[in-house]
Amino acid sequence: MTIRGKVAVVGIGELKPTRSPGGRTAIELMAEAGRLAMLDAGLTPKEIGGVLVAPSVSWSPLEMPLVVADCLGISPSYADVTDLGGASAAGQVWRAGAAIAAGACDTVLCITGDVLDPKAFYEGQKGKNPPGLPVREFETPYGPMLMNSGYALVARRHMFEYGTTPEQLAKIAVDERFNANSNPDALFYGKPLSISDVLSSELVADPLHLFEIVMPCSGAAAIIVADARKVTQQGKPWVTLRGFGESVRSSTVFDRPSLTHSPLVAAAEHAFTTAGVRPSDVDLACIYDCYTIAVLIALEDAGFCAKGRGGAFVTDHDLTYRGDFPVNTHGGQLSFGQPGLAGGASHITEAVRQLRGQAGQRQLRTCDLAFVSGNGGVMSEEVALLLERVDA
Amino acid sequence: MKDVRGYEKPLPHPTSLSKPFWDALRQHKVLMQYCPQCLKFIFYPRRFCPGCLKEDLHWRQLSGKGRVYSYTVIRRPSVRGFESEAPYIFAVAELDEGPRVITNVIDCLPQNIRVGQLVEAVFEDVTPDTTLLKFRPIGP
Repeated sequence: MTIRGKVAVVGIGELKPTRSPGGRTAIELMAEAGRLAMLDAGLTPKEIGGVLVAPSVSWSPLEMPLVVADCLGISPSYADVTDLGGASAAGQVWRAGAAIAAGACDTVLCITGDVLDPKAFYEGQKGKNPPGLPVREFETPYGPMLMNSGYALVARRHMFEYGTTPEQLAKIAVDERFNANSNPDALFYGKPLSISDVLSSELVADPLHLFEIVMPCSGAAAIIVADARKVTQQGKPWVTLRGFGESVRSSTVFDRPSLTHSPLVAAAEHAFTTAGVRPSDVDLACIYDCYTIAVLIALEDAGFCAKGRGGAFVTDHDLTYRGDFPVNTHGGQLSFGQPGLAGGASHITEAVRQLRGQAGQRQLRTCDLAFVSGNGGVMSEEVALLLERVDA
Repeated sequence: MKDVRGYEKPLPHPTSLSKPFWDALRQHKVLMQYCPQCLKFIFYPRRFCPGCLKEDLHWRQLSGKGRVYSYTVIRRPSVRGFESEAPYIFAVAELDEGPRVITNVIDCLPQNIRVGQLVEAVFEDVTPDTTLLKFRPIGP
């Protein structure tokens, strides 16, 4: 059994990331994104049969799907929470497809969003042992720096094993910023960035510099997945799910086989195998980018280059929308912003825009197949999606 | 040993599961669980082996010798009490017997730390009840 071509992404809604949410709550932002996605799809609340919601850091009580459905006037026959950290949005897309294939409903609204004040984000975490993560007992007494120290350990190890350089990592942030400068919705729109800017920015967690690290902000995104047989797009191109994969392991950075290999290896292999395509067929790679090193390792683990060759790969290729290997044409989370788990949705919404030919100034000349990755924790939860343009 | 009231950093809160690990550190020993089926050490502490699901894990002493598997130098701490420590080395140490731990490498200038550096355990009695497992460079 395969999901290939059976479900389509028929609607997207995304709020412009902001540092000032203006008193709005995460649930309000989520509902607004859901409304925009329904308008984009031309669907009414009655036509939405399922709701998938990801947790938000700022507002995560029980029964989120119920509350979101209530806000949007939906009475779903399928409602659930998807928690894969940063990979939640990508995980929602194939779960929505699986629910549709199982006959639970025809249409699923997938929502992510959060309200994060960068200062409060760091202050609020000071000295906390987040519940549910037993390993904090063995980490917090030694003074970690949230995710920053985890990805710094990964980057340092990758440098040791493969000779990856700070300049190679900085190139990723620079190319993404170039893309963001063609995306007025990006948090860092209008702020050019050079490799020397990155390397002279604060060394927050050696070897990672400030501009290699995402900016927490506020926002939300929604993606509507529907039964492909019921899609009527009146001659417009539409987007189907061609393949997917998921792999989850290791809640710690110390108890895992290798710091430089992620579970994306298995997730991407499953996605490409089920889709019947190869990495070389991909026109656009939307790679989860909480840190520059996460992109570099994902390019290796998804099979775009050999393990250890990520540094050379990003040097040899132009990752901008004008380049030979476009990555994160919206600017990625590094330059678009990371509104909590909606940051991981931005890779999907951008892939859909590019596949539909709606990416404006940054539109790729050819975009028939997009690879999307989602990554949660410190490369602990990985999801791969292959989205395809289908012309009616 | 520092005065308990003077120690402001977060302390571990041992559980019935992790108590043998922390108790051993207070005696300046490194003890971890060992699975005789899988022939390997397991860390962090578990109720059963995640490899074979058997419950007969034994606490066994390790040498306390190892090497730096990876590290970062933290210049802007986000954990309370660490402000005056910065810059400090936050690292993963790989013990000779296999398991890895999160730790601080001390008695080492940040510019001198390297992946692969040989290290040995330092038992830092931070309060009368708590000893942390840190490491310092040894050998070449």
